Amino acid sequence: MAAVSPNAGGPIMLDGVPLKIRLERAERMRKVKAVGLILPLFIFLMVTFAIPIVVMLMRSVENPEIVQVLPRSAAAMRLWDGEGFPPNEAMQTFAAEVVTAKAAKTLGKAAKRLNYNASGFRSMLFKTGTKLERAIEKEGEEAVLQGPEMLERFIDIDKRWGERRYWSIIRQASPPHTAWYLLRSVDRDYDENTDIVPISEDQAIHVEVLWRTIVISAVVTLLCLLLGFPIAYLLGTLPTKQSNLLILLLLLPFWTSLLVRTTAWLVLLQNEGVINDIAIYFGLWDEPLQLVRNRMGTYIAMVHILLPFMVLPMFSVMKGIDPYHMKAAASLGANPVSAFIKVYLPQTLPGVGAGVLLVFILSLGYYITPALVGGPADQMLSYFIAFHVNTTVNWGLAAALSALLLVCVMIFFAMYQRLVGVGNIRMN
Amino acid sequence: MPGESEALVEFDNVDKTFDGETLVVKNLNMEVGQGEFLTMLGPSGSGKTTTLLMLAGFESITHGDILLGGRSLKNVPPYRRDIGMVFQNYALFPHMTVEENLAFPLEARKMPRDQIKEKIDRALAMVRLSEFSRRRPAQLSGGQQQRVAVARALVYEPALVLMDEPLGALDRQLRENMQYELKHIHETVGVTVVYVTHDQGEALTMSNRIAVFNEGEVQQIATPQVLYEEPENAFVAQFIGENNRLMGTVRSLNGKECQVEIDGGGEVAALAVNVAGVGERTTLSLRPESVKIDPPADGYPDRFDARVEELIYLGDHTRVRVNVCLHDDFIIKVPRSGDAPRLEVGETHTVGWNPADCRALDA
Ligand SMILES: Nc1ncnc2c1ncn2[C@@H]1O[C@H](COP(=O)(O)OP(=O)(O)OP(=O)(O)O)[C@@H](O)[C@H]1O
Ligand SMILES: [Mg+2]
Repeated sequence: MAAVSPNAGGPIMLDGVPLKIRLERAERMRKVKAVGLILPLFIFLMVTFAIPIVVMLMRSVENPEIVQVLPRSAAAMRLWDGEGFPPNEAMQTFAAEVVTAKAAKTLGKAAKRLNYNASGFRSMLFKTGTKLERAIEKEGEEAVLQGPEMLERFIDIDKRWGERRYWSIIRQASPPHTAWYLLRSVDRDYDENTDIVPISEDQAIHVEVLWRTIVISAVVTLLCLLLGFPIAYLLGTLPTKQSNLLILLLLLPFWTSLLVRTTAWLVLLQNEGVINDIAIYFGLWDEPLQLVRNRMGTYIAMVHILLPFMVLPMFSVMKGIDPYHMKAAASLGANPVSAFIKVYLPQTLPGVGAGVLLVFILSLGYYITPALVGGPADQMLSYFIAFHVNTTVNWGLAAALSALLLVCVMIFFAMYQRLVGVGNIRMN
Repeated sequence: MPGESEALVEFDNVDKTFDGETLVVKNLNMEVGQGEFLTMLGPSGSGKTTTLLMLAGFESITHGDILLGGRSLKNVPPYRRDIGMVFQNYALFPHMTVEENLAFPLEARKMPRDQIKEKIDRALAMVRLSEFSRRRPAQLSGGQQQRVAVARALVYEPALVLMDEPLGALDRQLRENMQYELKHIHETVGVTVVYVTHDQGEALTMSNRIAVFNEGEVQQIATPQVLYEEPENAFVAQFIGENNRLMGTVRSLNGKECQVEIDGGGEVAALAVNVAGVGERTTLSLRPESVKIDPPADGYPDRFDARVEELIYLGDHTRVRVNVCLHDDFIIKVPRSGDAPRLEVGETHTVGWNPADCRALDA
């Protein structure tokens, strides 16, 4: 037994240690234990999830190519105020570094970066390097690289150097960070005066794709809600034994991979597919209907895949609604319809909210399904992210588009929070 | 009460089966008088809730009919019956405040706003919850929720209110308080109440009359006093209050009196209440307070030797467990007084009772 010695006025002592300090020690031990329990998961999430996302997002503003390959030119270009053409010394530095970089075989990196801004820049830069090399062989290094009229020499090599645009691009690509990728993700660009302008209409695509992504997600969410609510209601009001069996059926699709399910829809819906064959056989329509590789196919497949995410949270909330509430409402004089609207429906809202949020946000990031069953006009933002990662290998733009998607998700989440309140979501 | 005033509810030969094989309610005939507080009391599964739900309209009637104010309820849906109901788990709407819960039945009746407000205020004052009108049910204690449920069932002034074990979830202290409050509300409002419980103490304190249910059948309907003092069958005698049972065989029958030979020896005189005839089995029922230890010679013709097995001192009385005629669970209540006999475990005393207190019932 510990000796408790209450001394008048002073702190209560336990075995000679003030009670308060003992309490703090006990609390500290508890905290250490709690931290110890979550630490492994925390590290796992940081390493595999949070850090990669941050690194990826960083890519959308990083601009290292010119700084690395042409460091002195980058510095000189940054000093140029952007009026007229760069000063002669800056052009001399640039010419010298292009020649060195070409010899060191690093020029490709810079050329690729500049080519993002203006196609043709890559070949122009290599041509310039080659011509400069030849001129140095002929005239000597000093005469070429210290020349007083560098602009003339560049224009001689390629007359495009006479357009200010190309020099502006080099200047804009010179700082170690840039907002250019982010601008491009919303179809904006810098002009030769480094003012932000919309890009030409035939190139603008991302805003339209973003809008399309939101529309497809909203339609899919709405369809899932319309189809899912009655199912969830049925499941929620059936006896547990029967509802468990039906839940199993609902979860059955999860046993096969997303890819398989999507491809199955392709097989079913294509022009020579099962649906068309049967419908034509029974005379429902004469010509094969275009059910896939268009918006219709995208909706069908996405709704099918996302439906369980709508039904499950609604089901678990409905399951928890006391069936006596409807009886109480009836005994209080409400007819079945008004009892449903006033008593049952409001109580399902937390589940409906969870389902809607879940399906909508999952839809926003959909990639494989629209890629397989949609047409060219049904591709969503994720498709373009993948396209820039895999095909053009433009990581900066891919990262900027990812950031755009993330911001979208956060905006919708915030709107949702204002309307429904995340605290009201229940998944049981 | 029936006879005195008009019957509000009449059960007319009501049967109920869920599975088509067993009758959960059998041939129920019962009347509930205008303004009466009638309690249905019975063990679990005896059909009380089912009866109540048939009255409220949530269960179909297999056979027979229920009349409310003389009109058949058969084709009246629950929301047109105008019967208030307090459910065992209260069934308050969690997404509505107390006020909104109370407004619900009034809005369903399309009552004007100001009248709604007035009625809610009055109902909340009645259950002493006026300050809580803006709270949600989850922010109330069990007792407060219960009072909201009662207020909600009364606020639209139905002629009849049904309550299914409304105090079941409360602790003892709160339950007793609520019993008095409900009784008080019943008396002031004058509403007819059909109440379900399986707590006999609750039934005895609150009711005008009690209907004792067992296995779907009404065993006896009577006032609490009649039920306790004059049970009509062995089930009621055993179910209401404490009871000593002695099994035996009827030897002779003479109008209201009979002689019964008790299993384990001895013959006693008893009041023939519910015996089949001479030679038939019977159950003798004796309240513990009717039995005297070392009784005076006259007035106690039924006398037996009893061995004291156990003494429990309870302040105002002592419970004595004795062995009589090989029954060792025979309880006697000895009130505390100066001339009470001094008892020791193991002693043998004479015990006796008045034949009028010894009721011969069905076996
Ligand atoms: N929906 C139902 N389906 C089938 N059988 C039922 C149903 N409801 C009740 N029963 C059966 O009917 C009988 C009476 O049930 P009831 O609920 O009326 O009992 P109770 O007297 O209210 O009991 P308790 O005091 O435990 O509430 C029980 O045997 C029960 O199993
Ligand atoms: Mg019950």
